[in-house]
Amino acid sequence: MKYETQKLAYPYFLAAMGLFVAQVLGGLLAGTVYVFPNLLSETIPFHIIRMIHTNALIVWLLFGFFGAAYYLIPEEAETEIHSPGIAKLQFWLFLIGAAAAVVGYLFGIHEGREFLEQPLIIKVAIVIVALMFLYNITMTLIKGRKTAVSLILTIGMWGLALFFLFAFYNPTNLALDKMFWWYVVHLWVEGVWELIMAAILSFLLIKMTGIDREVVEKWLYVIVSLTLFTGLLGTGHHYYWIGTPGYWQWIGSIFSTLEVLPFLAIVVFTFMIVRKGGRNHPNQAALLWTMGCAVMAFFGAGVWGFLHTLAPINYLTHGTQITPAHGHLAFFGAYVMVNLAIITYAMPHLRGMQPYNQVLNMWSFWIMCSGMAFMTFVLTAAGVLQTHLQRVMGIGFMEVADEINFFFILRLLSGIVVVVGVLIYVYAMLSTDKEQAQAGETSPQAAE
Amino acid sequence: MSEGLTKSTARNIFFGGTLFFLIVLVALTAHSVSYITKNSTDVAGITPGVAHGKAVWERNSCINCHTLLGEGAYYAPELGNVWARYGGFEDAEAARDGIKHWIKNQPTGIEGRRQMPDFKLSDEELDALVDFFRWVNTIKTQDWPPNEAG
Repeated sequence: MKYETQKLAYPYFLAAMGLFVAQVLGGLLAGTVYVFPNLLSETIPFHIIRMIHTNALIVWLLFGFFGAAYYLIPEEAETEIHSPGIAKLQFWLFLIGAAAAVVGYLFGIHEGREFLEQPLIIKVAIVIVALMFLYNITMTLIKGRKTAVSLILTIGMWGLALFFLFAFYNPTNLALDKMFWWYVVHLWVEGVWELIMAAILSFLLIKMTGIDREVVEKWLYVIVSLTLFTGLLGTGHHYYWIGTPGYWQWIGSIFSTLEVLPFLAIVVFTFMIVRKGGRNHPNQAALLWTMGCAVMAFFGAGVWGFLHTLAPINYLTHGTQITPAHGHLAFFGAYVMVNLAIITYAMPHLRGMQPYNQVLNMWSFWIMCSGMAFMTFVLTAAGVLQTHLQRVMGIGFMEVADEINFFFILRLLSGIVVVVGVLIYVYAMLSTDKEQAQAGETSPQAAE
Repeated sequence: MSEGLTKSTARNIFFGGTLFFLIVLVALTAHSVSYITKNSTDVAGITPGVAHGKAVWERNSCINCHTLLGEGAYYAPELGNVWARYGGFEDAEAARDGIKHWIKNQPTGIEGRRQMPDFKLSDEELDALVDFFRWVNTIKTQDWPPNEAG
């Protein structure tokens, strides 16, 4: 670690991992309620559990992005973060805001739009947090070296904050409400978040393979171009059936099919760079997460997205278990894994140690990936059956739910596997290996 | 990748192209707003009851179990066409009573069946919620869902 202010990332990564555990425990509980529907139905009903599951996910990913930015921007810009004080204040404000939101949810204090359930005051706090962060990062960038990696990351973060402003617009007309709701949700996860992800992956590849920055950065521009050229109009695949014009079926089908391209490019790029640059970096676990992220994002966001994105297919699958099948693997592959990659890479530096607990960490990789893949398969099977029974044969929802119950049992089992993987990961990151720690003291840093 | 593409060219393509597609998206969004307000939704029909119903829908976070026009959670039935499912377009009064009655009777407590909590809605809130469901069911959704099952 070359810059003192990179340490600012440490609490962000700790909070990210803590909320990650909360998120998967929430998911495990929701999966359990699917199988035992009377469980907690009076005390913590399903809608509250799900709210905590999804919100904890979003918040911990943001903690990870903030941490990643504080970690990599100084190295990229070759200068210290503008104001460490703001970064610390921002951390506590965000953590208290997130905690307040979760406690509020348990008492039924929330707004009512999916993923945007945060009470107004929390939404305002999120904007303040984002502004503090953007000010800090932008000032750092202005005084330092402006690389493509830091530029794309910062643009992604600005986009994240700007599109969040649509969360404050809630028209009474439901069709308008839904259309602009996607300006937050779609333009985040299929737009600006992909910029953040691509920038973090590029940073990791530059650091771990020693490949020429020029090559990586040219690719980075190509990838983020593909992302936004397809993803912006790809928004149209959410505008098929909500009262929007029919032409969106064409625009959405074509452009969201093309949304597979940036993910394909990321896979090709990652493997090409690793093959050219070699994989001798001591942090093998971080390299595994980096390559795994590219692959799983391609399948989760790319392949499983394409599966139900064409309008005539979506007409039948829209709002069935096909959607959560895609949603789970896409979020995991793209955003969970990129965060776990940067955390795995940065933690030894932040703790002044050689890469530690590598084998345990790689075990967590395979366990988590297996669990998520199995979950995706069983939800897909459930979704295909549901589509046929409900949308083709016209059988009622609750009756269909009983018919596909078996897959929800399998999903619960896969969820248990994922939770085990997550706990191993967090343990591997936080536990101290004394020998390693001492090695870290005598030879301060691994070669980069 | 082509050797001819330099980093600065790639950067210019990124900024230029992004701006172009953003402008197209904003233009189509503007057109869609006008389409929604003029063609696909009954703006005049958004009564205080419908607006109140939407607020009730949100305050109780119905979207985190149900879907509405296919969006939401997938734990409970689609409600974008619940008005039609209860025969509201044929017999409005019976549908209204039916939906209100059903909500009032939750939770069923039946072992092994997904439970809907008792949200303790007043009669006025229930009526508003039904107004909202009825209004949503009139949105022109390109004929989605495929059938009454939702």
